[in-house]
Amino acid sequence: MSKRKVKDAHLPVGECITQLQKILRERLCNQQLPEKPEGVGAQHKHLLELLRRTAVHGESNSVLIVGPRGAGKTMLLKSVLRELLEEKEVQKNLLQVQLNGLLQTDDRIALKEITRQLHLENVVGDKVFGSFAENLAFLLEALKKGDRSSSRPVLFVLDEFDLFAHHKNQTLLYNLFDVSQSAQAPIAVVGLTCRLDVLELLEKRVKSRFSHRQIHLLNGGTFGQYIERVQTQLSLPQDFPDEKFAKDWNESVKALCEDKSVEEVLLRHFNCSRDFRSLHMFLMLCLSRVTVAKPVVKAADVLEAGRLCFADAKADMLHGLSILELCLIIAMKHLNDVYEGEPFNLQMVHNEFKKFLQRKSNSMYNFEQPVVLKAFEHLQQLELIRPVDGSSAKTQREYQLMRLMLDNSQIMEALQKYPQCPTDVKQWAMSAFG
Amino acid sequence: MIARLQQTGYEEDRLQRVAKLLPCRELQAGTLLSIMGQPQQYSYPSVFIYGHRASGKSHVMHILLKELELPHATVSCVECVSVALLFEQVLLSFFGCDAASLLPRSPSLSDFVRIYRQQCLEMPAKQTRYVVMEKAELLRDMDANLLPAILRLQELVEDNVTVIFLSEIVWDKFRPNTGCFEPLLLHFPDYSKGELQQILSQDKHPSYSAEFYSSYINILLGVFYSVCRDLRELRHLAALNFSKFCEPLAEGKVKESDTHKLWRNIEPHLKKAMQTVYLREVSSLQWEQMQQVEEKETGPLRGLSAHTHVELPYYSKFLLIAAYLASYNPARTDKRFFLKHHGKIKKTNFLKKNEKTSNHLLGPKPFPLDRLLAIFYSVVDSRVAPTASIFSQISSLVTLQLLTQVSHDDQLDAPKYKCAVSMDFICAISRTVNFDIVKYLYDFL
Repeated sequence: MSKRKVKDAHLPVGECITQLQKILRERLCNQQLPEKPEGVGAQHKHLLELLRRTAVHGESNSVLIVGPRGAGKTMLLKSVLRELLEEKEVQKNLLQVQLNGLLQTDDRIALKEITRQLHLENVVGDKVFGSFAENLAFLLEALKKGDRSSSRPVLFVLDEFDLFAHHKNQTLLYNLFDVSQSAQAPIAVVGLTCRLDVLELLEKRVKSRFSHRQIHLLNGGTFGQYIERVQTQLSLPQDFPDEKFAKDWNESVKALCEDKSVEEVLLRHFNCSRDFRSLHMFLMLCLSRVTVAKPVVKAADVLEAGRLCFADAKADMLHGLSILELCLIIAMKHLNDVYEGEPFNLQMVHNEFKKFLQRKSNSMYNFEQPVVLKAFEHLQQLELIRPVDGSSAKTQREYQLMRLMLDNSQIMEALQKYPQCPTDVKQWAMSAFG
Repeated sequence: MIARLQQTGYEEDRLQRVAKLLPCRELQAGTLLSIMGQPQQYSYPSVFIYGHRASGKSHVMHILLKELELPHATVSCVECVSVALLFEQVLLSFFGCDAASLLPRSPSLSDFVRIYRQQCLEMPAKQTRYVVMEKAELLRDMDANLLPAILRLQELVEDNVTVIFLSEIVWDKFRPNTGCFEPLLLHFPDYSKGELQQILSQDKHPSYSAEFYSSYINILLGVFYSVCRDLRELRHLAALNFSKFCEPLAEGKVKESDTHKLWRNIEPHLKKAMQTVYLREVSSLQWEQMQQVEEKETGPLRGLSAHTHVELPYYSKFLLIAAYLASYNPARTDKRFFLKHHGKIKKTNFLKKNEKTSNHLLGPKPFPLDRLLAIFYSVVDSRVAPTASIFSQISSLVTLQLLTQVSHDDQLDAPKYKCAVSMDFICAISRTVNFDIVKYLYDFL
């Protein structure tokens, strides 16, 4: 079957949707590399040049890529590597070692991982032999023996670089940077981190060996570019099997981005955060609502996704509390107002609640102390209230000092939304003085 | 009316079966299913589901994964006291025992990811694999790097895997200080009263009509709904008290339709249940036995808290009374209460309550040993020698947790104590030794 034939064929809608979901989900969830990274042209060029110098000319380098979470650090590095590895010579030559600060939590584990990834002699299968000191000596020996002209360059990628700085004595970093400074085997150390103050974490001797080359990735861009990015993220590629469907889809996406109500939601999202990740999550929520019966993203879907994204989780939890628990929270709010944020205990809260009950004729909520205690403990389990000091065993439960972890406006908003909230409880919450 | 679940890639009749098993949760299951997508497609790396206890989080996950036969590993974070157990559980469910046995004795995350990748090369995922973490709030107490690593498990192992967290606590309380891969947040709202009624009415008794059971549930919710919305708790209470509800029917006193009489019969009973069974004062077994023994009224049976009354030696009682007085009275009033000839002190000085909040609201205050002994000698009528046994009684009161030692800096030299008993308890104690404690309490002056 020729390629031409496939392109012309009209697939049934179900098949199209499956393909669409597959492609877009890989893009949004699996963080598939885009064809061409956008908005990071200069950084891309800089990093590519740097790594090529290591890979081709055997120059040792170190660089830090710094940027907030979801700014595309890994994407940048991966796309640079992809481009670099297209060259035959580099592909043959370059060795890669990928380390992650989350996984390699100390130098011993990191060292084993390096030895394993470099396939050195003391590796049998995937087991590494020898103690930490032996491993380190062996590795350094191996790196030292090499020189610029003959040995293969090694690329060290340290993801979550700031976590490596917390290792004891920063031995690994020291040794890596030391090798990169002296005329030994050519290595490039690329660190990825989200901490802007990462250089302050390094010891003096480590810092002095680092080349102080930093690549900053910031979530810049205007709202117009943001809208464009939404559009490109949602658009189908050229080689989609059903051309007509892809064209319709891309047009519908374009129309969607021009919709006023959609723009409003996107602007709100843009004002909250500009990184790729949160945008991907937002688009994923929209995409998940595309079905065979409704093969386009409608404005309503975007609004719904916005609603899910901006929902206040604590208000949601307040909605599910029983009326007794809500009354306790209102009592706490009053205590907070009267005593200006002083911590309180159950006795005070119950006392406040009793004061409210006394003023009312019908005592529908006249619960015993243990029932109130149980409700109070439920609130503590939900972490809506928190003990002031951790020592829970020492004081009696009813005298333990607590703090309310809610804002007044949150409470009032939750009260408005509460299903079948009794009027007197509402009035009690409104009244300024208990 | 059961709403239809729709998602291509799954068999229609299976989805129907799932929908039947998830009453009042079709909407949430539908959203979840649409996020999960078709089995072979990628899903979002991590989904965080939060909601109140017994709002069907685990149930929905369990039913979905089981009925649709998706590869999954369910991990309860309560069970995983060490991360090794967690890793083993995941590897075991995905790749079988062989993979799990590859883990070294105290595995690090690095080992786990390495073995996962290895296995993954042999058995790549044809369908999305799901790791379900129940009680995810406990992950925060484990290693600091565990939660961020699990959140980006899909990226780390390069496999089609999705992690689903279930928790009662909102996501804001989870976020590590250097940030992490943000999960997709999904809220399971609480069941409304109508939904609770609908779900609870499902498990009706075979020998009675559905309307009858439904009216019973209605009465039960009328009593308990303002206190408790936990479905499991309500279901338990419903099962416990149903036999009592049917009693007049069995005796032939009333008909099924006579709702008012039935309500009059059961309501005080349920109110009592709230003070006993609901608080686990009386165990469920005891409660059932009580209902069978018709004659004995349910009140006199002493629950757990009634047993807190302990038999103490004579001097221990007075020591405890003295400790209570020292804890709840300000030290400046001691002269007035315990000295016989305290000279002329203006009464108004003491009666003036300048502190608005009483000590019974703020809790006990610490006091030094000297003060305890001084009050003790004053309240005990006879002469007591300060023997070793008196001092050992003080420390045994501490071990009984009736007193607590406040600062641990010095054991011998001027230790400080707090009294940790309730007002009711101390009143009962003082009654046994004919001591009117209320007369000596500043708060009740």
